[in-house]
Amino acid sequence: MSKLPATRSETVFVDAKPGYSPVQALTEANRCLYCADAPCVQACPTGIDIPEFIRKIATDNLRGSARTIFDANIFGMSCARVCPVEVLCVGKCVYNEMDVPPIQIGKLQRYATDAAFERGDRFFEAGPDSGKKVALLGGGPASLAAAHELRRKGHACTIFEQAELLGGLSTTGVAPYKMKADRALEEVEWVLGIGGVEVRTGVQIGVDISVEELLRDFDAVFVGLGLGADRLLHLPGGDLAGIRGAVDWIAEIKTDKAALGGVRRAVVIGGGNTAIDTVRELRGLGIPEVSLAYRGAEAQMSGYVHEWSWAKVEGVRGVFGAQPLAYIGEGGAVTGVRFARLDAERQPIAGEELTLEADLVLLAIGQGRLGELLGETEGITLERGRLIVDDAGRTGNPKIFAGGDCANGGKEVVNAVDEGKRAAIAIDLAFGQALCGGEAT
Amino acid sequence: MSTIVSPDLTANCAGIITPNPFWLASAPPTNSGDQIMRAFDAGWGGAVWKTLGQPIQNVSSRFGGLHYRGTRGIGFNNIELITDRPVETNLREIAEVKRRYPKHGVIVSLMVESRDEWQDLIKRSIDAGADGLELNFGCPHGMCERGMGSAVGQEPKLNETITSWAAEFSTIPVLVKLTPNVDNIVPHGLAAQRGGADGVSLINTIKSVIGIDIDNFVPLPKVDGRSTNGGYCGPAVKPIALHMVSSLGRAPEFNLPISGIGGISNWRDAVEFILLGSSSVQVCTEVMLRGYRVVEDMIEGLTEYMRRQGFANLGEMVGRAVPNLSEWGDLDLNHETVAKINPTSCIGCQACVVACHDGAHQCIHPAEDKSVRVPVVDESECVGCNLCEIVCPVPGCITMEEVDNGFAPASWNQHAEEGLTLRPKKGVHT
Repeated sequence: MSKLPATRSETVFVDAKPGYSPVQALTEANRCLYCADAPCVQACPTGIDIPEFIRKIATDNLRGSARTIFDANIFGMSCARVCPVEVLCVGKCVYNEMDVPPIQIGKLQRYATDAAFERGDRFFEAGPDSGKKVALLGGGPASLAAAHELRRKGHACTIFEQAELLGGLSTTGVAPYKMKADRALEEVEWVLGIGGVEVRTGVQIGVDISVEELLRDFDAVFVGLGLGADRLLHLPGGDLAGIRGAVDWIAEIKTDKAALGGVRRAVVIGGGNTAIDTVRELRGLGIPEVSLAYRGAEAQMSGYVHEWSWAKVEGVRGVFGAQPLAYIGEGGAVTGVRFARLDAERQPIAGEELTLEADLVLLAIGQGRLGELLGETEGITLERGRLIVDDAGRTGNPKIFAGGDCANGGKEVVNAVDEGKRAAIAIDLAFGQALCGGEAT
Repeated sequence: MSTIVSPDLTANCAGIITPNPFWLASAPPTNSGDQIMRAFDAGWGGAVWKTLGQPIQNVSSRFGGLHYRGTRGIGFNNIELITDRPVETNLREIAEVKRRYPKHGVIVSLMVESRDEWQDLIKRSIDAGADGLELNFGCPHGMCERGMGSAVGQEPKLNETITSWAAEFSTIPVLVKLTPNVDNIVPHGLAAQRGGADGVSLINTIKSVIGIDIDNFVPLPKVDGRSTNGGYCGPAVKPIALHMVSSLGRAPEFNLPISGIGGISNWRDAVEFILLGSSSVQVCTEVMLRGYRVVEDMIEGLTEYMRRQGFANLGEMVGRAVPNLSEWGDLDLNHETVAKINPTSCIGCQACVVACHDGAHQCIHPAEDKSVRVPVVDESECVGCNLCEIVCPVPGCITMEEVDNGFAPASWNQHAEEGLTLRPKKGVHT
């Protein structure tokens, strides 16, 4: 089923957190205190009943354990691997309060969900046909989670995806030491296994099909378009070879064999999680000198502290208070980046500059917003390209709902899943209300 | 799309029909209508109401826990008595629960003294809508000092007499709850049967002292510097309960349905009780420690088990393990097993070596080569006792493998009565 080349770059990575053996899982599961109104559940965006699924591991009800997870989060398998559990469920485990190592919830979740995948378990069936049709724009976790939930309620779904591969950043963006692209695609197939989801790839919204057409042909539209292309810096030397966006580069190592021959020094610009993933991936692919350059101080990085700590352990150099001024090149290819030194207020310090040599410069300073595609649509409000929605994923247009990165500005897979699911519930509710209204008249 | 047919979990215990076999035992979790309705919402199929009788006054504290190597509450005891709430209040709530949950089972536990009191309370319980009655002949503390509870359960004649009153007065199924504080449970089950009971439930709690405050020389749980014996329950009592349930399940002259009780903490425990002849199971301690929510896993695990085994309904599995219990004298003495250690999964803790040397028959030894941590089994001396497999921390590392020794099966009884040949003994070290 995999459309991915076996030689793609990501295959050299091994799991940073390998799966549990049965003994390890049992030992850890039996440590869980089975808290009531548990803080770990409160910290999970999808509200998985964590103590319950762990108890079911302990009682050898593994299928039930997986059902508990998937019932709340159909992407429970990948979230087990990619969620920043340190700042979510695990970070809130009550054991932290008594300085006892917290329960390794992510690893237990992986144990239960992997077992379900290996057995080929299926848990959910499509509801009876409602006669309603929903268009889902974008084929990432938000749309897929929404489609799954809508299918459980019997609504027909059509996913429109610009790329050839489904899964969005779950497929092309997850750090390969957490999950590889083939596993993400396997999960996409598994989610679509509920049946009744039409998938149209290679379709660009606003080019191949207009929003007006979608609103005309479907009873509701869910927008889960994610983010746009990497933002680049318009600096002198910007057209030199060897300068590119980090998200674009990660997608390449995930799905293809990246050309890294001759690259000895790489500089990644940015201080967020994409920047940290990128430097770790570069080191993992054998680049000897990898630096992360960020405008602010180390403590101001928006990336997770635990991830950055790992990057440092792996030999990444951090350069802080550095503002790119220009790319330096030779023979049309980049050879370095010149930075201004910034003070604590992020103001340039006169006369202080810094040059980092680099054969590859990757920019992880954010991505463009796709909300503009809908900017002209009635009832849609944008805030710097982000679609404004309420807690249920409703926009100002009663037929349009949204979730995932295009609405939240760029968060985790688990947030996209939660928002997709909540929007699906709101769509179902809206259909129900429309139906009731119809009967009343 | 194929739809998997779910096994039918409907339970019928002595004519009390509930959506599943999971009942709450008569205890603090069934003290009030509010609690029982929340329990039914969580998935419990039935509830045995906390014993009605003359409302009592309780002590504080009331409970004690047995903790073992870092695990809290493997055993539990209590010195609480029957309900401390007015009979009228309980009956009003019973009626309300039945009105709101007509398909769930409400079994009312009763404990009074005179024939008239039994008649009165039975009538009022039936009027309130109870699906069944449970006569509490089991409570081993406090109430027995007043001639009730286990004082009745330990005396077959008394048991039979009071049971016959209940059978006479009741139009709904009557269960007799038996005490384990007897040397042989069978005569007590038979007394209930003679008295006309529709079923029995067992075990009630076991007389116990849960522990001692060794700094102040006071047994636990403490009541102003003193204590008393309490009723022991929780996971640690399950083997005793299984034995008593199976004793009745095996007794040819006993033919009443059984509601199994004693340390049931998860679906697997419940399956064990059902396989030994219980047509419903009752749970208390696990709920006291972790809440009504534990039933979700019990229902799901039982369903999955039945699906795996191909059981379409509970009736197909009740008592399935009973035929495989027999007297020791009928076990095959020529059946021979020896321990095998899987060298690739062995972690070299040598827990089996010390256990075999000190606790069994000195046949597992450290390897001669001191750099090798995997022990060696002397199969010529291994008696196949299982101790090594029990202490081994690695699942599946030590297995007991059958040996074909060429001897035809022969039990002790066959040897003694028919002169069948027994194989030579092992591990005797003469």
